[in-house]
Amino acid sequence: MKNKELLMQGNEACVEGALVAGMRFFAGYPITPSTEIAELSSEKLPLVGGKFIQMEDEIASMAATIGASLTGLKSMTATSGPGFSLKQENIGYAAIAEVPCVIVDVQRGGPSTGLPTSPSQGDIMQSKWGTHGDHPIIVVAPASVRETFDLTIKAFNFSETYRTPVIILLDEVIGHMREKIELPDISKIDIVNRKKPLVNKEDYLPFKADEDLVPPMADYGEGYRFHVTGLVHDETGFPSNNPDVSDKLIRRLDAKIEKNKDKIVEWEEKNTNDAEIIILSIGCVSRASNAAMKIMRNKGIKVGTFRPITVWPFPEKRLEELSQKVKAIIVAEMNLGQMALEVERISKCMTRIEKVNKVNGEIITPDEIIAKIKEVL
Amino acid sequence: MSKYEIRLSGSGGQGMLLSGIILAEAAIYEGKNAIQSQSYGPEARGGASKSEVIISEDEIDFPKVRSCDILLSLTQKSYNEYSPGLRKDGILILDNSVEYKESNTKIYSVPIIDTAINEIGKHFVTNIVALGALVSLTNIVSKNALEQAVLNRVPKGTEELNKKALYMGFKIGEDALKRN
Repeated sequence: MKNKELLMQGNEACVEGALVAGMRFFAGYPITPSTEIAELSSEKLPLVGGKFIQMEDEIASMAATIGASLTGLKSMTATSGPGFSLKQENIGYAAIAEVPCVIVDVQRGGPSTGLPTSPSQGDIMQSKWGTHGDHPIIVVAPASVRETFDLTIKAFNFSETYRTPVIILLDEVIGHMREKIELPDISKIDIVNRKKPLVNKEDYLPFKADEDLVPPMADYGEGYRFHVTGLVHDETGFPSNNPDVSDKLIRRLDAKIEKNKDKIVEWEEKNTNDAEIIILSIGCVSRASNAAMKIMRNKGIKVGTFRPITVWPFPEKRLEELSQKVKAIIVAEMNLGQMALEVERISKCMTRIEKVNKVNGEIITPDEIIAKIKEVL
Repeated sequence: MSKYEIRLSGSGGQGMLLSGIILAEAAIYEGKNAIQSQSYGPEARGGASKSEVIISEDEIDFPKVRSCDILLSLTQKSYNEYSPGLRKDGILILDNSVEYKESNTKIYSVPIIDTAINEIGKHFVTNIVALGALVSLTNIVSKNALEQAVLNRVPKGTEELNKKALYMGFKIGEDALKRN
């Protein structure tokens, strides 16, 4: 054995990854199926000098996460559907105030309290558009325990690089299942820390961006003058009604992610070279897709799989290329077709789009995907 | 066989979740791949509870049991609910309090709950007795690997008690094999 092989749960791998990334603050309000993330954070953070707070609700825990990040700590919160809805206003605050933070949403059946212990992928659109106004966001969706570890580290790195909230979109299956993982050599993992101001304290403008469109960030209490508001603000951080200031800010926030898409976007494809049919899915469903693909390949049917790892930004360029080559794309998701909308938009009618949807609280099975493949053939 | 799909079922609070974790961990000690998952209702105790384990030499894509090779049921309710999902050539292991229909399936009815409560005197070792019986009846992992996994997961100070429960489980499994 090289590194020790462990049986680890998805939610547990999320906490382990967060600690490696440098998480030192967690505020949350426990909710199934995300509870283990809060539980383990409460056990492990004090051991590394970090802080855990159980707040009175999800709104307050999102606020505390933002506050802690402003003081310089890498911060995270975790929740599920009902709590994710409550956190939305403050996620918008983090976006406009450019506060790095990580939000984990372990998806369960919705709307409202829905199906507390059952998996779902109903928050795909909410993770992008849950908070109002045009705003940048990065959303990653792990499909295994090991990937949950890796993507949690990446989520922190993205949030620190671009000063933006990043969402880890898990589902109950990946969050709760345990599988064999071998953790990587931690000394070889890249950890990104936010850019600090290089100017004198009196010259610091907290929202004056560098060429990369990201402003350097001082810690609250360090001695820099640093005003933070959810209102549209100029480079000083104080509110402004000036249309030019507003236009410049909202466009810069959007461009921060949009212009760096190539560095952010990630996906996995299998057997797409000669594929006639591609199954597109994320998270737990992608495991059913891979199983279905193997069964069909054994029968000589040319099936491939495509899995967005970043759901937002969506791997648009590659999907557009593939749309020109294949006979059909089957979008399998545990909702009524949220991701299929994006696939239809990107594929511009160049290929046939078919859907497999399930909202009964059970995972889509390989057989259900195979049935759709047979329809398409 | 290179892949086993196992379902451990009972009522909430009987420790089926931990049994699944221990079984999966034992398989990993032997260098195999394993996935454990669970499903449960919103209630903490008393509802139907199942823990699923897939053990394979190969990479495991789909994490849920599709065609169950081995079913363990400790309660009538869980037997009634999950026995239709068992393969025709599968193995059914039941607590002897469960009434069952004869079928072509291999059935072992063993005194799991009775052994835990009356022989050992602790109901909370029911899941460990069950694991012992299951492994001696099926050999899906070695007894050594299972013992190591049990000792690694049970609370400190209960090792001897759990070892006793495990050995009693091995024994009731072996007795059942002799009977068949």
